[in-house]
Amino acid sequence: MTSPHAKTSDGYRRISIDPITRLEGHGKIDIFLDGDGNVAECFFQVPELRGFEKFCEGRPVEEMPRLTPRICGVCPEAHMMAAAKACDAVYGAELPLTARLLRELQYNIFYVTDHTTNFYALAAPDFVMGPTSDPATRNLIGVIGKVGLEIGREVIKCRAWGHEAAAIFGGKPVNPANAIPGGMSKGLSAQERDRLEEICRFMQEFATFTLKLFHDVVLANPEYVELILKGPYYHETYSMGLVDEKNRVNFYDGKVRVVDPKGKEFCTYQPREYAQHVAERVEPWTYLKFPYLKAVGWKGFVDGVDSGVYRATPQSRLNVADGMNSPRAQEAYEEYFETLTGDRSGKTPVHHTLAIHWARVIELLNAAERGLELVRHPAITDPQAFRVLCDKTPGEGVGIVEAPRGTLTHHYVTDERGVLQKANLIVGTTNNHAAICMSIKRAAQGLIRKGVEVTEGVLNMIEMAFRAYDPCFGCATHSLPGRMPLRVRVRDLDGAILAERTRG
Amino acid sequence: MPSANGKLKVGMYWAASCGGCDISLLEIGPRLLELLQIAEVVFWPCAADFKYANVVGYPDAFIDLCFFNGGVRNSEQEEVARLLRKKSKSLIAYGACASGGGIPALANLKSRDAIFDAAYHHNPSTQNPEGTEPQPLVETPLGELEIPEFYPAVLRLRDVVPVDYELPGCPPQADRVWEAVQAVAGGAVPLRNAGLKVGCTDKTVCDECSREKKQAKIARFKRHHQVRPEPGWCLLEQGLLCMGPATRGGCGALCLKADMPCEGCYGPPPSAEDQATSMMGALGALLDATTEERARELVAEIPDPVGGFARFSLASGYLKVAK
Repeated sequence: MTSPHAKTSDGYRRISIDPITRLEGHGKIDIFLDGDGNVAECFFQVPELRGFEKFCEGRPVEEMPRLTPRICGVCPEAHMMAAAKACDAVYGAELPLTARLLRELQYNIFYVTDHTTNFYALAAPDFVMGPTSDPATRNLIGVIGKVGLEIGREVIKCRAWGHEAAAIFGGKPVNPANAIPGGMSKGLSAQERDRLEEICRFMQEFATFTLKLFHDVVLANPEYVELILKGPYYHETYSMGLVDEKNRVNFYDGKVRVVDPKGKEFCTYQPREYAQHVAERVEPWTYLKFPYLKAVGWKGFVDGVDSGVYRATPQSRLNVADGMNSPRAQEAYEEYFETLTGDRSGKTPVHHTLAIHWARVIELLNAAERGLELVRHPAITDPQAFRVLCDKTPGEGVGIVEAPRGTLTHHYVTDERGVLQKANLIVGTTNNHAAICMSIKRAAQGLIRKGVEVTEGVLNMIEMAFRAYDPCFGCATHSLPGRMPLRVRVRDLDGAILAERTRG
Repeated sequence: MPSANGKLKVGMYWAASCGGCDISLLEIGPRLLELLQIAEVVFWPCAADFKYANVVGYPDAFIDLCFFNGGVRNSEQEEVARLLRKKSKSLIAYGACASGGGIPALANLKSRDAIFDAAYHHNPSTQNPEGTEPQPLVETPLGELEIPEFYPAVLRLRDVVPVDYELPGCPPQADRVWEAVQAVAGGAVPLRNAGLKVGCTDKTVCDECSREKKQAKIARFKRHHQVRPEPGWCLLEQGLLCMGPATRGGCGALCLKADMPCEGCYGPPPSAEDQATSMMGALGALLDATTEERARELVAEIPDPVGGFARFSLASGYLKVAK
């Protein structure tokens, strides 16, 4: 909580948004207004940390797919899969086709559930209820009240069936336990497969409906289109995402591709090469680090081709890809780029932050279609090939998946018994940390000016700048500083510092 | 009991947690609509736009049921815990972290210096030549910026404020959540209580597990990525470290249905204070060893006894780590 004792310099006024809401995890925004009432500076701070990288040391590496989902219970499958892939690499395990199919199927069904939660519970209230509507009803309950109980039931059904699918794979509907080094802990019976196909069929229809709803509620409303295209929600940055061998979006596997702000390929890399391409910066005023492209360098909180700031969002994934791997989503991809850039091919990147919501709904459809395709694969129920045993000497490995909130990298080093010696994690939301700070500041500067009354609605429109990223600061705060540096200052009555002691 | 509009006022907060508890509350599915017939949300950062200032402005005991998930890792979380205790009639420690520390309490095994070093200095992707570290207080030309102070260890909610009920699980299983909500909201149990466990059974996970026990002794310990377990047979008897005998029931032995061992997320069984001790006791009876030396050899095969036996309970058991 922002302390009332935090000193604001003379001539400035502070507005705090605390906590920020309708997201996963913790954050606060401090906006400093100058004497004229214009935004002088704006800080987005992450006040919470836990410490997974360090406390996972000493744990058997095969437990990482069970431990790391507790970084984020909203996207546990993302950590489970990245961890399992890193473990595969640690043990040099080559997965059979069935194991790969099962993992990708489970992952795509999870994507449907996760993107559904984000769209209806976290994002839609701003559009269905309105950005400046009553905060007491600007939530899922308000949305259900407005769009009707029928649609509300379908949303709840999609989530419930998604979690039923998770339980078919992994026992538990939240934090499933089944991706292991070498594959999956169990295969699918014919009966389980049939039920999953039914779930995927429903999800495809539900996703198609959701895309239509997005058109009806957002794109058919000229005010919202104006806000997306001309509002203070725009940054030209690099884009990052996983692509398959045909450069199409893939959530589970592939190589990482980065394109520059104009859409030109900047680099591609395999998981094991991640540290050659991405570096992280530490700032003293927040616990969360700031990743950037190493080859471009950190130039501060600025966009453009000379700044190493990149984004890894649904929009970024569409920007880096040449297309989608399923027909309905491909159609939606072309319409999206046609509308926003005038170029159906997708070669010109989109940088409108609020349009990330649109890209997310296209991914929802893609995940559902891809899930349906995978569940019908003849090898999916093979009774043996859902795993291989890991018998090689363990060592080092990196696993990467696209978490719903960005490229997720797990890097492990073990001893010869497979006990973890070192872990490094760069999680989805952390990739977007610098861009989120920039987006919040730009929205604040665009919305708060001299003479403008700073209403709750205006502050919510600033929050909309980060909500587009669907951030998960639970994920982002996996790391934890140990001994906290402490600074004590003694001031005189006028506030001048008489003495200062630092423990660090 | 209900407020002026006849609806129960409900709050949900997250501290040192992952959001899985928030998801598990949504997990009650179609019953969520039923719940909304009788209850209204007055604070839930994950899903609704109420701010700390709103909660500060509520009269004392304004919130009927307040679910608090996550352990207490820093000063802000303690402050919010105290605020919500004051503003709530019934405060429920929701999930493994709020009731026992959960997985984030594994950090209680590490010194803060070491953790700090891993996060900000010796890390393969961090570029920090100036040795910058986050500071609780940073002065900028515009004013001071604050982030909360970290505590030496993860605490349970009940270490900070009195708790009326504890709902274990990582996360709590949806049917158990619904039962607990119905019991408290329906008046079957009083709003105030002394940290009573709800949403769980008085037995162990083994009692809920359908796998067969053949009364076989453990001849050696195995790791799950190196063995295909025989279907339907007790995993512990097959040498896989399964926490079932030392874990409170309630989940329905769900992980076992995926051929994976129980990791103990419902905490110690009612008969035991400490989960790790309880597991050591259970293993003592199961080892295929007639001499102490053989027993010692067998146990030495377990690569990480602390992380296995006390994965969810390091803030609550006997294994408190000196800082």
